[in-house]
Amino acid sequence: MEEVRLMKGNEALAEAAIRCGCDGYFGYPITPQSEVMETLMLLKPWETTGMVVMQAESEVASINMVYAGAGCGKKVMTSTSSPGFSLMQEGVSYIAGADIPALVVNVMRGGPGLGTIQPSQADYFQTVKGGGHGDYRQITLAPASVQEMADFVSLGFDLAFKYNILSVILADGLIGQMMEKVVLPPYQARRTNEEIRKECPWASLGRTADRKRNVITSLELEPGPMEARNLALQEKYRTIEANEVRFENVGCDDADYLLMAFGSSARICQKAIEIAAEQGIKLGLLRPITLWPFCTEEIQRQLSHIKGILSVEFNAGQMVEDIRLAVEGKVPVAHFGRMGGIVPTPEEVVEAVKSNFNL
Amino acid sequence: MKHEIIIAGFGGQGVLSMGKILAYSGLMQGKEVTWLPAYGPEQRGGTANVTVIISDERISSPILNTYDTAIILNQQSLDKFESKVKPGGNLIYDPYGISTAPTRTDINVYTIDAMDTALAMGAAKSFNMIILGGLLQICPIVDLEYVMLGLKKSLPERHHHLLPQNEAAIKKGMEIIQLKEN
Repeated sequence: MEEVRLMKGNEALAEAAIRCGCDGYFGYPITPQSEVMETLMLLKPWETTGMVVMQAESEVASINMVYAGAGCGKKVMTSTSSPGFSLMQEGVSYIAGADIPALVVNVMRGGPGLGTIQPSQADYFQTVKGGGHGDYRQITLAPASVQEMADFVSLGFDLAFKYNILSVILADGLIGQMMEKVVLPPYQARRTNEEIRKECPWASLGRTADRKRNVITSLELEPGPMEARNLALQEKYRTIEANEVRFENVGCDDADYLLMAFGSSARICQKAIEIAAEQGIKLGLLRPITLWPFCTEEIQRQLSHIKGILSVEFNAGQMVEDIRLAVEGKVPVAHFGRMGGIVPTPEEVVEAVKSNFNL
Repeated sequence: MKHEIIIAGFGGQGVLSMGKILAYSGLMQGKEVTWLPAYGPEQRGGTANVTVIISDERISSPILNTYDTAIILNQQSLDKFESKVKPGGNLIYDPYGISTAPTRTDINVYTIDAMDTALAMGAAKSFNMIILGGLLQICPIVDLEYVMLGLKKSLPERHHHLLPQNEAAIKKGMEIIQLKEN
């Protein structure tokens, strides 16, 4: 049964994890996402759905628990915030190399280093360009509401299992801490081991008489087979780029200038559009929902009628590089952002549009 | 209809929970709501504030620069937010703990003696519900029956016996809020 609640983004995410039939959560507390594990501990899903919830001794341990669970074909996840996500990068790269599905949530805070606990979007590069080593990609979902914090858990798992890839929910402290109305999805049963064996024939869930043992590894010392593995990964990434781009177009088709923003920043831009309209400036918002794969084609489609693009991010300018790659110099592209946990106001965004495009 | 509110005071005054009850009340009445706290170390005894938006339509930015109504519960918050009230908007404050009164003349300024009243009622913790009552009196954003539903949803069940006391405090707040003459 669906249920309407008022919840923080972090709480909604935890509820959604239980409801989508998640088998295990392994985490280590860090602000501003500690409510995820707190909510799970409070709800005790091990008594109802049988979902395991475990506080690991560190982020390094939690990502490796995820690696192990994922190798068994289980729906497993972790959540953390920026410094914790950095610690996880070795495990993230191994999961990519081993070609297995899992879900990681990063509720970003300001960096670099321990930085601040206030909201930030400065882990775009780390997530979209690969924070770990090797040629790998991860599907990156950027929620802009508490509802999407809940919805993207099951979407993230679905995509992860469809392609045997890591899905990342890249949220920020603002979405994590904000309360909004959320419609929680109905309960979905956890898969049985039999179902997992059928859907994930690669899973190392105990050898059966009819097949050889499955091996989950990212190690391949022979250059030939290792290149073949890489080529197979790249082919998978091209398929995902062709099929899984998601974005929201808010009035772009009759706008003069585009704002581009993801997550909380997109919410602020929506208000900026209202303010700009009162001043006679026609803005649209193109909000990438998947940061990888990126909405390159949609940007190019807009170039026929727009005069410029402003990328609004809580960072020093990261997504703006992907926008420039898409635009290929055809229209001016600028960036506006605040750092250190400071969230820009809609009025500041409108001012930035005016000053960058001489309006 | 859209109403953008900031509630600001000390941590421990019930700022965040008042906002939560207000947001839950709006939700119970079928409205769109956002509740955004200034989270972080400043909540531990320092200043605390929360932005609540209640609207009939989808809410864009949860972060605001100006507000329809500011509820101010200490001097630091008054200094910070008096200038952020939209012209024609409302500023509600409890004179308890305020040394320099607001000076703007282009907004409606209301006073509510919530702290003194709460102490007189022998229920210091009802302070924030008295303030909430004052807000509802001047801006009937949500109907009282939905506020009571919101209160029931936000309070843990073990505190449900306190619902009548909270309702009394809200009604008291509705009575004692006063427009401040300039």
